[in-house]
Amino acid sequence: MNPFALSFLILGLGLIGWLTARARALRFDRGGAKRLHSLPAQHGWFVAMWTMLPPLLFLVVWSAVTPGLVRQTVLQSPAAAGLSDFAFERDSVLAQAREVARNPFDTEADPLARKLAPVVRDARSRYAWTGAIAAILLAFAGAVFALSRIRADFRARSKVERTLMMGLLVASLIAILTTLGIFASLFWESTRFFGQVPITQFLFGTHWSPQVIDAKNPGASLGAVPLFWGTFFIGAVIAMLVAIPFGLMSAVYLTQYASATTRRWMKPTLEMLAGVPTVVYGYFAALTVAPAVRKLAVALGDQFASSESALAAGLVMGVMIIPFVSSMADDSLAAVPSSMRDGSLAMGATTSETISRVLIPAALPGVVAGVLLAVSRAIGETMIVVMAASGAATITLNPLQSATTVTKQIVDLLTGEAEFDSPKTLAAFALGLTLFVITLLLNIVALRVVKRYREAYD
Amino acid sequence: MTAPSPAPHKMSARDVSVFYGDNHAVRGVSIDIDMDKVTAFIGPSGCGKSTFLRTFNRMNDTIASARVTGEITLDGEDIYSPNMDVVQLRARVGMVFQKPNPFPKSIFENVAYGPRIHGLASSKTDLEGIVERSLKRAGLWEEVKDRLSDSGTALSGGQQQRLCIARAIAVDPEVILMDEPASALDPIATAKIEELIHELRGRYAIVIVTHNMQQAARVSQRTAFFHLGHLVEYGETDNLFTAPREERTKDYITGRYG
Ligand SMILES: Nc1ncnc2c1ncn2[C@@H]1O[C@H](COP(=O)(O)OP(=O)(O)OP(=O)(O)O)[C@@H](O)[C@H]1O
Ligand SMILES: [Mg+2]
Repeated sequence: MNPFALSFLILGLGLIGWLTARARALRFDRGGAKRLHSLPAQHGWFVAMWTMLPPLLFLVVWSAVTPGLVRQTVLQSPAAAGLSDFAFERDSVLAQAREVARNPFDTEADPLARKLAPVVRDARSRYAWTGAIAAILLAFAGAVFALSRIRADFRARSKVERTLMMGLLVASLIAILTTLGIFASLFWESTRFFGQVPITQFLFGTHWSPQVIDAKNPGASLGAVPLFWGTFFIGAVIAMLVAIPFGLMSAVYLTQYASATTRRWMKPTLEMLAGVPTVVYGYFAALTVAPAVRKLAVALGDQFASSESALAAGLVMGVMIIPFVSSMADDSLAAVPSSMRDGSLAMGATTSETISRVLIPAALPGVVAGVLLAVSRAIGETMIVVMAASGAATITLNPLQSATTVTKQIVDLLTGEAEFDSPKTLAAFALGLTLFVITLLLNIVALRVVKRYREAYD
Repeated sequence: MTAPSPAPHKMSARDVSVFYGDNHAVRGVSIDIDMDKVTAFIGPSGCGKSTFLRTFNRMNDTIASARVTGEITLDGEDIYSPNMDVVQLRARVGMVFQKPNPFPKSIFENVAYGPRIHGLASSKTDLEGIVERSLKRAGLWEEVKDRLSDSGTALSGGQQQRLCIARAIAVDPEVILMDEPASALDPIATAKIEELIHELRGRYAIVIVTHNMQQAARVSQRTAFFHLGHLVEYGETDNLFTAPREERTKDYITGRYG
């Protein structure tokens, strides 16, 4: 039976269960001496859940165990007698048999596989039917059990609430577990990498050229310092030189000078910058800013200036994170009690003196936290550097030269033909892990600072 | 209503009204403030005492909806005229707020704030001298002289308020406005502030808003009673409390309403 049809059938049964339960509960409501504890619809949900959840859970488990069962059956069938004893060959034939079972006109398959294919098909459909029938029986059993429990004083509401709560808990755990899973896989692949390349060579080596790797000493061309430098230079220096002053100034303007009307349209507009897809910034960097920067470099006397420069990527990245800095700075300026401002103005300070001598120092922790978050965002940013920075891993202080970043190199390492356990590919995971750890630390520090600061003014 | 003293007044308000949008918060108040005197503003909550007080150093300018009409002079000069520099005005007319509001800076920097922005000190020693003198006048020196670099916000509430007073007198103002300076403090800290006001009297013209009538009687020589934005009665504190001319004043000071 088609899994979609089956799911619909179960949903249909759930609906019928819901309607029946509600009707029953309503009858109690009218005829009964006692008041219903829960609303009729809640009884409906109670029954619907009992009707649908057990078979659906069962189907999930069943679909996970079915391939194993099918394999077991096929191996025990008489047609399997001709199979090789070598696990590798046997698995290959079985895989082909599964292919043929799906597509009988695959004529290139192994003859033994063609012979096994009908067995596979039979076993599959048998287990599918068994599962479907069991699921439907479960649905009925659940419905009957739940319906039998409906009484006037039955606490359907709390049962439904509890189930919903469990559902929400599972949903929130999934996000956390996924993060942990990603971290674990990064960590695992990285340990494989560090099995081939010493960690010190990777972290402190200054030569990066994954295109030419010496098989005997792969670490020699996998020193990540140029990438760390490029990332730092583009994301934490150039981008911040743009984002901090502009973000701070716009926050000061919005909180201290702008009229309520100006603030009402300007703040959302600024925040909209944060919603622009980064690929759009990438275009802007590659097509508009990079050529302009190149012209500048040529005008400054560098005839062979590359069109890909750290400056172009960094400038655009800075614009991209202005809203982060400005909205954090805005929040922390707004959190400074207005009595500070009044106190300073009453001393005869001008507005700008008040801002620079009292408000910004008082809001500094929040601003610093905003900057840290912005840095962590900037160094994880990929699209802009992929489109506007080059792959040349140089350590330079000249913003007009090209530079590369960790993210850009990860993309380069994983695109193109990749062998899965060459040091070159595995290096991508090590880079990813490093980036992950750094951004995590930045975020933790920033959140701590913000928290400490909140407590200070409560 | 004119003040009892015939001498030229330090500050004079003539027919002053303050509006917050359509809310007419202060209604045609005229009053004179003199040097050597402490003037108390009393009246039920919301009657416009703070609002009126803030017109003397134009702090209402910082509220977008506030509008002031009438005339207020400082040494005969109209403080709302375009020629008046607000920065200068506020250096001459200082203010202490209800809730202590030291800046999140060191004790020293809090007091040095005014002298710095007005360029009053020519050298570091000069500045240190001003800070020490101000803290002494505010009766805080003995308590903080060994920890001038600690944060001003780490002091107790009463100490913070005296720090704010020290901060205000560091720029050598002529008038000090105090809006319920002791209402957030315990009785002992309050007593210290009142004592301090006694000592400061004579050097500055002091205007104090208070809800506490005993306090008004203790610290002030003149008292003004406000009600619903009107100045109901203004006179020598002793007379006002013992023989009020107006029925409403009498009701208020005897606690009939508040
Ligand atoms: N910033 C403001 N914006 C708008 N209206 C205000 C503002 N401040 C005060 N008001 C209004 O002006 C009137 C007088 O307020 P004010 O604070 O001067 O009273 P008060 O006598 O100081 O009261 P209290 O003794 O409670 O401090 C009140 O009606 C108040 O609602
Ligand atoms: Mg008040």
